[in-house]
Amino acid sequence: MAGKERNVKVKIDNVVKKFNTRKGEMTALNGVDLDILENEFVSVVGPSGCGKSTLLNIIAGLSEATSGKVYCDGHEVKGTGTERGVVFQQYALFPWLTVKKNVEFGLGIKGINKEEASEIAMKYIRMVDLEDFANHYPKELSGGMKQRVAIARAYAVNPSVLLMDEPFGALDAQTRTQLQEELLHTWEKEKKTCFFITHDVDEAIILAQRVVIMSARPGRIKEIVDVDIPYPRNQETKLTQEYIEIKNHIWKQVYQEYLEVRK
Amino acid sequence: MKTNNYTATGKNNGGSLINGIPKWLWLLLSFGAAMLLWTLLSFNPKTARSFPNVIVVGEAVITMISRGVFFADIASSLISVGAGFALGFVIALPVAILMAWYKPVRNIIEPWIQFIRNIPPLAYVPLIVISAGVGRKPQIIVITIATFLTMAITIYQGVVNIDTTLIKAARVLGAKDRDIFLRVIAPASLPFIMTAVRLGSSVALTTLIAAESTGASAGLGMRIRALNNSFESAPMLLYIIIIGIIGMVIEKIIKALERRLTGWQEKREM
Repeated sequence: MAGKERNVKVKIDNVVKKFNTRKGEMTALNGVDLDILENEFVSVVGPSGCGKSTLLNIIAGLSEATSGKVYCDGHEVKGTGTERGVVFQQYALFPWLTVKKNVEFGLGIKGINKEEASEIAMKYIRMVDLEDFANHYPKELSGGMKQRVAIARAYAVNPSVLLMDEPFGALDAQTRTQLQEELLHTWEKEKKTCFFITHDVDEAIILAQRVVIMSARPGRIKEIVDVDIPYPRNQETKLTQEYIEIKNHIWKQVYQEYLEVRK
Repeated sequence: MKTNNYTATGKNNGGSLINGIPKWLWLLLSFGAAMLLWTLLSFNPKTARSFPNVIVVGEAVITMISRGVFFADIASSLISVGAGFALGFVIALPVAILMAWYKPVRNIIEPWIQFIRNIPPLAYVPLIVISAGVGRKPQIIVITIATFLTMAITIYQGVVNIDTTLIKAARVLGAKDRDIFLRVIAPASLPFIMTAVRLGSSVALTTLIAAESTGASAGLGMRIRALNNSFESAPMLLYIIIIGIIGMVIEKIIKALERRLTGWQEKREM
């Protein structure tokens, strides 16, 4: 595989996460190992409760692993850091700031001067095609537009890896497809390392070079599937034989896990 | 019947006529209805003594000015309300934030705020007078206590319910505790602070009578009680109306401020 020669961007080393609940200790992640390579797009699928969001939170530094370590660019992850950008499902835009000020938020904290921050912000606002809405407040935007602002905001601080937690999960099917295509374009251009969580098998395949299937209770990596479909990809890619075979395979695996959870 | 009602307010001519009435006209109609009711009450022999007609009440302005108390009463009450409210706010804001931030502070303070909040201020006025004496001081203390209780709870509940995803989003963008406080908690709390200010100002006014029963020498509340002894209902009614007008003016000012400061909000509460 060509991937073997690339640098490891994020190394997840035997991560275990346990929660104390009223019923006693609950193991959310039971020894997860994964290398995310530089410029790679990895997506994670699995039934709800398989710990995929927990894993993302640990990589982001928003949550601490019970044992095991995460390294980003060779440095051990301790707390949050701007080299790891996050896009949340609930958009998490600051409602009191305009689109532009939202995108500038991280730049202001970094201490970048106003003019430069404004320039950088506008660059990414243009990237997500929202320059006409730069001075609007989040309440004036649709869900899809809000998520595009959140993506621009994450890009603006120039993270070396982008962590996305079901970013399109709250959107309608049409907007979701559109944002997937936009994300594909952006990724093909910038080749930003992406770790993308979803419960939508189609979404996982169309975007990623590798799809990680997680099993539930306790959360483990069940299988990693290579998606050797060349980019650029689009909606028609979904009609190819290759795609359908991969989808069938992943879907069977995920479905088995759903049944496990049901029990 | 129900469907008829529905279409009447929705689509047919009657509905569009009602929807076509501008806001100022509604206000005028409401005012007219109040005046009509007042006049009816002033003619009814059973209620006439409590509700002298508009002209008599209007004339009471001149009576009170000639007695040299009218402006002094308004000024005195505004000073007490303003100072008590301001002090209440200045104490409530940090206490509310500490309660939201530190569990021990919350667990110790919240129960007694809830406890005192339900006691009518008039009940504890004598205790305050015993320690603080008479005059301006006890008035301000009573209003401070009442407004503090309301505002502390309102602000605290707002700060506690700030969306934690916003804090996470700030953290992953590099925000440290200080940035989070100044750039996330503070602006996110603003709507609740404004609501607290609105409720607090209303409480300040409704506590006025209790506050001025502390041996005040002037004030709208004190005067109403004094006039009560001589059964002078016209100036009494006048003073009641003045308190109402002050309340409405304050509410309007705060609402305008709210629109300017928190217009970015997704939902507008009433």
